[in-house]
Parts: sequence; structure tokens; C-alpha cells
Amino acid sequence: MAELLEVRDIRKSFNGRVAVDGVSFAVEKGTVLGFLGPNGAGKTTTMRIIAGYLLPDTGSVCVLGTDAVADPVAAQRKIGYLPENTPLYGEMTVEEFLDFIGEVRGFHGRAKLRRIDEIIEQCFLEPVRHQTIDTLSKGYRQRTCFAQAIFHDPPVLLLDEPTEGLDPNQKQVVRDMIRRMGQEKIILLSTHILEEVEAVCSRTIIISRGRIVADSTPDELRRRSVTYNAATVRLGVPASQAEAELRRLPALAELRILEEDQRTCTVYLRPGDGRPLAPEIHALACEKKWPLMDVHTDEGDLSEVFRRITVTEDTRSAGSSTAQ
Amino acid sequence: MRTLKRVKAVALREWRSSFNSPVAYVFVVMFLILNAFFTFFVSRFYEAGQADLRPFFAWHPWIYLIFVPAVAMRAWAEERRSGTIELLFTLGITPTEAVIGKFLAAWSIIGLALLLTAAIPATAAYLGSPDWGVVLTGYFGSYLMAGTYLALGMFCSALTRSQVVSFILATVAGLFVVLIGFDPVTGVLSRFLPSGIVEAVASVSILPHFDSTARGVLDVRDLVYFGSTVTFLLYATTQIVNQRG
Ligand SMILES: Nc1ncnc2c1ncn2[C@@H]1O[C@H](COP(=O)(O)OP(=O)(O)OP(=O)(O)O)[C@@H](O)[C@H]1O
Ligand SMILES: [Mg+2]
Repeated sequence: MAELLEVRDIRKSFNGRVAVDGVSFAVEKGTVLGFLGPNGAGKTTTMRIIAGYLLPDTGSVCVLGTDAVADPVAAQRKIGYLPENTPLYGEMTVEEFLDFIGEVRGFHGRAKLRRIDEIIEQCFLEPVRHQTIDTLSKGYRQRTCFAQAIFHDPPVLLLDEPTEGLDPNQKQVVRDMIRRMGQEKIILLSTHILEEVEAVCSRTIIISRGRIVADSTPDELRRRSVTYNAATVRLGVPASQAEAELRRLPALAELRILEEDQRTCTVYLRPGDGRPLAPEIHALACEKKWPLMDVHTDEGDLSEVFRRITVTEDTRSAGSSTAQ
Repeated sequence: MRTLKRVKAVALREWRSSFNSPVAYVFVVMFLILNAFFTFFVSRFYEAGQADLRPFFAWHPWIYLIFVPAVAMRAWAEERRSGTIELLFTLGITPTEAVIGKFLAAWSIIGLALLLTAAIPATAAYLGSPDWGVVLTGYFGSYLMAGTYLALGMFCSALTRSQVVSFILATVAGLFVVLIGFDPVTGVLSRFLPSGIVEAVASVSILPHFDSTARGVLDVRDLVYFGSTVTFLLYATTQIVNQRG
């Protein structure tokens, strides 16, 4: 109970336009939850509500036992929040800024200075320590804002596009950090980078038009891909000989001959229901004494699933709103 | 205790931001120049040869009209424009702590500016022997009055994301609060309105309360006026920044 971040049926509209439309989920400790969704889906709005910056129209948010709607300040002490677009006090240096964060987060004196040093090292901010924030590059701004979020080592982290603007090395560093911290924290992150979700998230929620349209693990979502378990097979027989037999495989949705010559062929086979084809192909090759030269099984494609889920959702809603 | 530390952190941050940019220095210098100009060149303080600081304090309500909105204008408008308000209000700080911290930071900058005018009482000491009690009361009253303008400026800054709009709003509102108690204006008003109403309106003005302190009189009613006005305006500011979208 106390180890949970619970969001129950939150709704929020701006001037009559619905941004978040009944979002509910619960996350336990040790989870890195990735928020996916098209632009304007409501990811940032949801995070802002959890962070206590926006008040939801209805619904409740409970952060490790604290009601974040009734007492946002108490909830915020348990939350580290990296806002979208890294708002920072531009006239201060990185060190001055972190000093301020330390003070408001309840660090004083030596303990504060020690923590500042730790954070600067952890977030690779040493080269810009005394630089004015306004003059930082985008990536360093992002890191400074990330440093701010993890300063007080909070049990809950809300990260709105945390690797936006980072170079590939730094992306990797931040992902490693998120994965490591995710073992004993609750981390919510939003991103548009699907590999990032597969790399760090143990759970994924896809939001579209303010609603949750998928809530699962990245692996399970990938398995919903139409190409999941599609097999590319190279056989030591001509296509003319194999095709008719292959077509008899159960639940086959698509068969394409990719290459052929007199002695071999490469065939693409896609199951209609995502079941693995490899065993049946093996069995068939065995039975017919076909030399089976290569079988490659597709692991599915998250971006295809994302597109399918969010696009159908979008056109469906668009259709219903024009019908009204 | 924790609350005080957070208020202090907010105030220090404001203070740092202000002095990391040249703007605060420019405002303070501008304030000093205006003071010197009006006291010496317009009121001919030196030529009058009297160790009386009333000509100096008399300009304060008018100088503050420009100076204080300039100091206050960025407090909330800039937080909104740059989006840092989202950061500020997700750090576990209450709106009251933030409002008070910002107010104290700006008020101390004004206090610093006011201290730097000490050259003028020093001139008075050169011209004669001023009544130091009156001088101190005058400074005290002036500082309280500045705080009242400042609370108004902070309130105006919270209403907008543009510093310019904030400045104009605060100056116009300040002008209004001054003019309703300015003798030439009350004189005109009393020709149309019963004296009771004119007095009631004038008592809302900042001027009569300042005038008595400038004469060296510390009246509880004036303290209550300044205290309650500041409290009310800061409370209103808290409500505005606390809307949480
Ligand atoms: N303060 C606001 N005033 C009015 N509308 C808003 C406000 N904030 C968000 N919205 C609207 O709410 C919807 C959801 O926005 P939100 O920022 O949550 O999307 P998002 O999923 O974070 O998108 P992105 O991927 O582009 O960051 C959008 O239509 C946006 O225009
Ligand atoms: Mg967003």
C-alpha cells in the first residue's frame, strides 16, 4: 500500500478541451514505467498532476500513502520531477542552482556541499560547475535539471523526456542510471524513443487523446506486432516445390517469395495470430526432407504496434467527433 | 523552522539572481540618482540650508512609484514566462513560503538602496543638527511604505507573464493609491463629495500614513495600515500563484 504510486481516474481539461480523460494506474516499487503517446496525448499533463503542479478536475493521486491532490507539498518531498523543456534559473551558475535545490530540499551545511559534489560527479557536470545556466548547451541544461530531480534521492521519480537533447553517450549514461535507480524506486518516464522503452522500462503505458490505450510490458506489446514471429526461411529446394506445402501451414496470413533460383528459395511467412512458425517449418522440412538452410524469426516491432494503436485510436475519435 | 529555512532559500536565490544580472545595480543607482536629483536640484535642499529632511522624504512616495515596480516586476512574471514556476512549485515549497521569500528578497534590495541614501542625512548633519529621532522614523516609515508598494508590485507581477505589463500595472495602481490621498486631488474631490467620503477614500491612500512618519510621528494606526495592507496583498498573491492551473 505505502509502496505504491496510485493514480485513480484523473481528468483534466483546459478551456473545455480535454487533455487527460480518466487515467488510472498503480505502480509499485522497482518499476520503471514508460509513458508513450503521440504529441498532445496528455503525458506531460498527467505528470504535472502527479507532481502536484496542476490540480486535476477530478480523480486522486496517492504517492506512497500521501494524497498528492490534497497535500501536494508533502507528496513533492517524495518526488523528484524533471519537467519538460528543462525550466531553470538562467542567471545562476550550476553550483548556485544546486545549492538552492539543496537548501529547499532540506540539506544544509556540510551535508549539502557533499551532496552537491556527489550530484555534480554523478551527472557529469564538473566542466560547467561555475558556468551560468543561460550559457549551457541543451544537453548540459538537461543534465542540470536531471541533477535537480535526483538531488534528495526521492523514492519516486517523474521524468518528462529525460534523454531529450543528450548525445548518444549521455543517453546511455542516463538510461543506465534510470535502470539502476529503478530497482529500488518508482520511476515514471515519458519518451518518444521506443528503443529507450525497450532498454529501460519494465512496463509501458500508451496514452492517446488523454486515455490509456495499452498497459503492458514492452515485450508483451512487441508481441502484439503483426510481424511478431514472422519467419524468413531459406530452403534448399526450388520455390515451386515448397510453396504449396508451406501454404498449408496453419494460421498463415502472408507468404512471400523473396528470392529464388533453381536449387534454393527464401520465403517470408507471417502468422495471422503471432504463433511461432519455426517448429512447424522444422517439422515440415524434416518430413519432406528439404534442406533447411536458415530460419530467422521476427521479434516484433514496437513502433508498428505504437502506430497501429495510436493511429486507429486517433482516427476513431476523429470520426466520432465529426459524426457528432 | 523548516519553513524559515525554505523561505530563506527562496529569498537567497532571488537575491543571487538579482545581483548576478546588472539590472538590480541599475535600479539601485537609478534610485539614488532620483533621490539626489529631487532633493538637491528640485527641492534645493542644500541652498535652503536647513537640517530638515522633509524635502528628502517628501519625494519618496513618487520615486517609489517607479523604483518599486521595477524591482518587483520580474518576481512572478519571469517565473511564468520562463516556466521555472513549474520547477519552483514542485520542490515541496508552499506558495506562502515562496511569496514571502520573494517579498523579503526584494524588500532587502530596497532596504539596501535606502541605506545608500545616507549621504543625504549626512549632508543634513553638515548643515546643522538634525533631529535623529525624526530621521530614523522617516526612514522607518519610508521603508514600510516601500514594502507596501512592493506587495502591490508583487501582486501585479503574479497577474501576468510579462514584466512590462507587470511594471505598468503596478505603477498605475500605485499612482492611484497615492493620488487619492494627495492634497491637490482631495481638494478637488471635496468640492463634489461630502467630506466624510473624501476622508474615507483618503485613508485608504498611502500618503497620509507616510506623512505622519515623515514628521517623526509613529502612530499605531499607520503601522496597522502598512502591516495589514502588506499582509492582504501578499495573501492575494499567494492565492493567485497557487491556482495550480
Ligand atoms: N496550460 C495549458 N493550457 C491549455 N491547454 C493545454 C495546457 N497544457 C496542455 N494543454 C493541452 O493538453 C493537451 C495535452 O498536452 P500534453 O502537454 O500533456 O501532451 P504530451 O503528451 O506531453 O505531448 P508531447 O509529446 O508533445 O510532449 C494538448 O492538447 C495541449 O495543447
Ligand atoms: Mg509532453
